[in-house]
Amino acid sequence: MFLDASGSAPMTNRTLEAFQAGLADGWADPARLHTESRRARQLLDASREAIAEALGARPEHTHLAHSPHAGIERVTAGIFAARRGRDRIVASAVERDAMMHAAHHVAGGTLTVVPVDARGHVDLDSLATELAVPDVALAAVQHANHEIGTVQRLDRVAEVAAAAKVPLVVDATASIGHGPAPQHWDALVANPADWGGPAGLGIVALRPQTRWLPAWPEGDDWAPGGVLVPAVLAAAVALQERREVLDETSLRLHRMIARVRDAAASWPGVDVVGDPDERLPHVLTFSCLYVDGEALLTRLDREGVAVGSGSACTTSTLEPSRVLAAVGALSHGNVRLGLHPGVTDADIDRLLDLLPRVIADLRDEAGAPEIA
Amino acid sequence: MAGDDAAGGGAAHVTVDATGMLCPLPIIELAKAARGLEPGTEITVVATDLAARVDVPAWARMTGHEFVGEKKTDGAGIALTVRLR
Repeated sequence: MFLDASGSAPMTNRTLEAFQAGLADGWADPARLHTESRRARQLLDASREAIAEALGARPEHTHLAHSPHAGIERVTAGIFAARRGRDRIVASAVERDAMMHAAHHVAGGTLTVVPVDARGHVDLDSLATELAVPDVALAAVQHANHEIGTVQRLDRVAEVAAAAKVPLVVDATASIGHGPAPQHWDALVANPADWGGPAGLGIVALRPQTRWLPAWPEGDDWAPGGVLVPAVLAAAVALQERREVLDETSLRLHRMIARVRDAAASWPGVDVVGDPDERLPHVLTFSCLYVDGEALLTRLDREGVAVGSGSACTTSTLEPSRVLAAVGALSHGNVRLGLHPGVTDADIDRLLDLLPRVIADLRDEAGAPEIA
Repeated sequence: MAGDDAAGGGAAHVTVDATGMLCPLPIIELAKAARGLEPGTEITVVATDLAARVDVPAWARMTGHEFVGEKKTDGAGIALTVRLR
């Protein structure tokens, strides 16, 4: 069973069918003038309009990028370029690496990181203090965290940003398709693969009044060379499918995660992370004392259970997850769950039966002391 | 791994050398060293694993001990100190 769907959820049959129909009808280059191209162009425009509508954005201000990462890079560079004379970027401590890397690249050493509390909410006083200095080009605060699930209080974040007249870039790559779209942003980034669309596509929505300049050679084109039209169609269909049953799915997954949260909190030496209430319905992370995260993932995979992890030994850099460090959570023995709508209560039963045994086995093998 | 140090102020002090170990081993060694020690004893873990900086304070919080602080060592490592309760 697949419980690592955050950022890459499996596609439903309906989405796969849309993708195939897109390949049959939308294979042509939408920039050319003949009938085949016009058909591709129509599919592309209709799909973008549907996605924009779901985001609460205008289609003409909704841009496609080659990935969420590319979207984050472009929107950061584009807004920064339009804010001449202001050279600092302020970002919350729990932003994605993609956002941190983009901000660092664009603003160099003038990236300021605002701390979060133990549940992952950005410190509004610190944010206000940083934004009060008139050298800030933009602020980056995510809608919800992809690892710990905490949803930011964006209404209050946006008030702080608006008071300082600083554009607010909201990374919603973990939340769109899992609940209501956020309303408080000047620029928004979304990830179709996270809601069961194809990978290799990013969405950037801007408010009409949000100023940006092309900080790249291709002018107004946010996806030079074009995007895969069938992928955009499949992304729109997948989002539509999610939205048709959004409330039911969200409630069901929210309850499943609550079950796992409560169970994990009752196991000895387990640190359950994130806000228990103001959170994504489908995401949970917890860390198990004295357990090797890589061994835990491998053992679960052998049992046919796919989960994610933010432990250092499971990352390419051997550094622990910056998000776990920012909230002061234990970083080793980390398990990250991202449920998709196809997960059943029986899957959760099996997970809750399996995990305590695997954790106990791994602690035994490591010669870990008893936990009082 | 663990050795008694002379410490000022009368409080016992133990050092755990976890240099070169990867997570979760530094924390397992810390927990083993803490077994049977009196409350008030300070334990310093010297580690090169980046995760220890996050995990020693988290261990203290989860097990009811107190995280005292961190210091760079002369070598490539970091010294993280907890006080047992």
